[in-house]
Amino acid sequence: MPRSSKPQVLIAGVGMLPVGEHWQQSLRGLAVQAIRLAQADAPAMPRPQAIFVGNMLASSASHQANLAALVAEYANLVGIEGVTVEAAEASGAAALRQAFIAIRSGLIETALVLGVEKVTDHPAEDLDALIARSLDSDYESAIGLTPHSQAALLMQRYIAEYAPSSEALGAFARISRSNGAGNPLAFRPQPLSAEAYAKAPLQVPPFKTWDLAPVADGAAALLLTRDDKLPKPLRQNALRVAGVALVTERLALHDRPDPLFFEAAAVSVQEACRQAGIGLADLDFFEYTDATVLHALLSLEAAGFAPRGQAWRLAQDGSLDRYGSLPVATMGGSNARGFPLGAAGVYQLAEAALQLLGKAGACQIDHAQRALVQSLGGTGTTAVTTILERLA
Amino acid sequence: MTVNPESRPGLLLQPKVKTGIIGYGAYIPRYRLPAKEVARIWGGNEDGLPVTEKAVAGLDEDVITMSIEAARNALARAGIHPEELRAVWVGSESHPYAVKPSGTVVAEAIGASHNISSGDWEFACKAGTEALVAALGMVGSGMGRYAMAIGMDTAQGKPGDALEYTAASGGACYILGPAAESLAEIEAAYSFVSDTPDFWRRAHAIYPEHGQRFTGEPAYFEHVGSSASTIMSEMGLQASDFDYAVFHQPNKKFPQRIAKELGFSPEQIETGLLSPRIGNTYAGAALVGLSAILDVAKPGQRILMTSYGSGAGSDSFILKVRKPITERQNKAPGTEAYIARRLEIDYATYLRYRSEIKVK
Repeated sequence: MPRSSKPQVLIAGVGMLPVGEHWQQSLRGLAVQAIRLAQADAPAMPRPQAIFVGNMLASSASHQANLAALVAEYANLVGIEGVTVEAAEASGAAALRQAFIAIRSGLIETALVLGVEKVTDHPAEDLDALIARSLDSDYESAIGLTPHSQAALLMQRYIAEYAPSSEALGAFARISRSNGAGNPLAFRPQPLSAEAYAKAPLQVPPFKTWDLAPVADGAAALLLTRDDKLPKPLRQNALRVAGVALVTERLALHDRPDPLFFEAAAVSVQEACRQAGIGLADLDFFEYTDATVLHALLSLEAAGFAPRGQAWRLAQDGSLDRYGSLPVATMGGSNARGFPLGAAGVYQLAEAALQLLGKAGACQIDHAQRALVQSLGGTGTTAVTTILERLA
Repeated sequence: MTVNPESRPGLLLQPKVKTGIIGYGAYIPRYRLPAKEVARIWGGNEDGLPVTEKAVAGLDEDVITMSIEAARNALARAGIHPEELRAVWVGSESHPYAVKPSGTVVAEAIGASHNISSGDWEFACKAGTEALVAALGMVGSGMGRYAMAIGMDTAQGKPGDALEYTAASGGACYILGPAAESLAEIEAAYSFVSDTPDFWRRAHAIYPEHGQRFTGEPAYFEHVGSSASTIMSEMGLQASDFDYAVFHQPNKKFPQRIAKELGFSPEQIETGLLSPRIGNTYAGAALVGLSAILDVAKPGQRILMTSYGSGAGSDSFILKVRKPITERQNKAPGTEAYIARRLEIDYATYLRYRSEIKVK
């Protein structure tokens, strides 16, 4: 595998809190706990030189800007470089991309990546309005569109074009929920039966309740280091960030020539694979974005795992199951683990890390060498695709 | 400052003078709005509705008129002269006036004397049981022989809000007096409160607001669970020691779940679980559930009642039914008779009865 002379970027430690309704905890409290867990996971690591905070709604939902400074202070890291990265629901993965650039460039050696979101204090309708800020304010959210309603419009179009069965669509939620049943941090830890899916009410037609990932609070952290700064004893607990690409797409849906194709997602997968020097066949599992079942379908098609309009067949033929050819959402995805918006990307990365290290417990998949992790912000507007691989 | 140990004798509220319920009476208005009718108008899903239907006050009814009905029933069962009452207290979150008591109107209408304590209580859905705790204090301290406590509501649900399915009208009245004259002795009471903002209505606001899922775990379940389990453990009792239990019932599921968690069987709560058929009568809910139990209870039986009020708190009472209950049960209409007195209305009629249609 080709390796440039630039420093390699490794993940040395991960930390995740349960995803849920953390009414009794503050935004800063969640952040600090996740950082402590990541630090405890890599005890010999020196103090990080910078913190990159992925967050979507602290400014509006928690009335808190300047988040990185606040978090650094409460994590006993006063004085380090800190910045908040916002790319809607892809914020956490975008923060990893910024940390990756900083370390790979040689400017810094170690960094913390934190994803944190605390939003469930708000009634659902208020929260929907806040989340809708990730759309085009002048042309989309101003007329009442939300990410869910936008995805629902696309889903209707997808159904009209490709006629997937309702059972096939339901299989995506059921795969996530089946995987999430083994994740002690999951917000929806119960598996979902076909009967329960069939009986579920329409939430945002054509989506049923279970087609949508439940928005919740959470915090997760990654400790990053350049390879030559990793203390030897930590080597067996470390992973390589083999490639990470962030690509944006036209914000408003009506400006896209082909709204049923996630262009940014497709390009970011190609670029991440190019960086890692691998092809799709070298990837063992896919931590995709399942904010809605539409996101899951279009992500699989954009990456090239299925032809246009055919991804729904993968959920029916067993390919996406835990022991299938391409396991997805292996620890429940956002559908079962819960969807902490700007923190979701860091959860995806931390979960992929556990799988690669054989530390995924009841969620463990077989023979995982290399993970494809993709975070989407908005309706595929920002795509961050990361490839993680084992060191040996 | 340290707490004087003698000022914390124990957690239970137990009067010096043994006190009990000498009379009780329910009132539920006749109109019923099916939940599926609300779902029809607002595009709601008909599966998993929180209740089947709810009781709705008529055009000529409010908390005061309904309290008078319940109070007359309670007086009929108590067999005392209204002038013997030393207090008339009304707990509600829908008092007709913001300033001007409901209690004095009720007192005057039922023929109580002017030499009484009267006033209104407010603590969301536990305003009625709060009045009951006060009555227990008045009678139990010997300050008065008889005290009346009412929990009654014509609850407000914003059209289209989840609460509209359940916000109902109804309640019950209790007259407390010496345990020796009572149909059920109050063996103990207990109150558990905290600052938990799950549901509120600000001054001048027509409809209450609520924190959606926040109303469950940290609010209802935390407070009802703490209140009920504390009174039971302090009394050395467990679920199997009770013949009946009744909990505040904002819907069907919440009381069923907390009952199960506390170790009660579905049979123990069935008699007092009225919300599926009359909705959530707010300050009246636990009290009207208790009246349904007293209607059929037998001497020697033990009852747990636990209310819940947003904001938040929960009052628990342990009652031991006494012999006089048998002769007093039929001296006034029973709770089930009010539930059976049923006239279904459609959504438009409901809006008219609830003054939701703008006419000027």
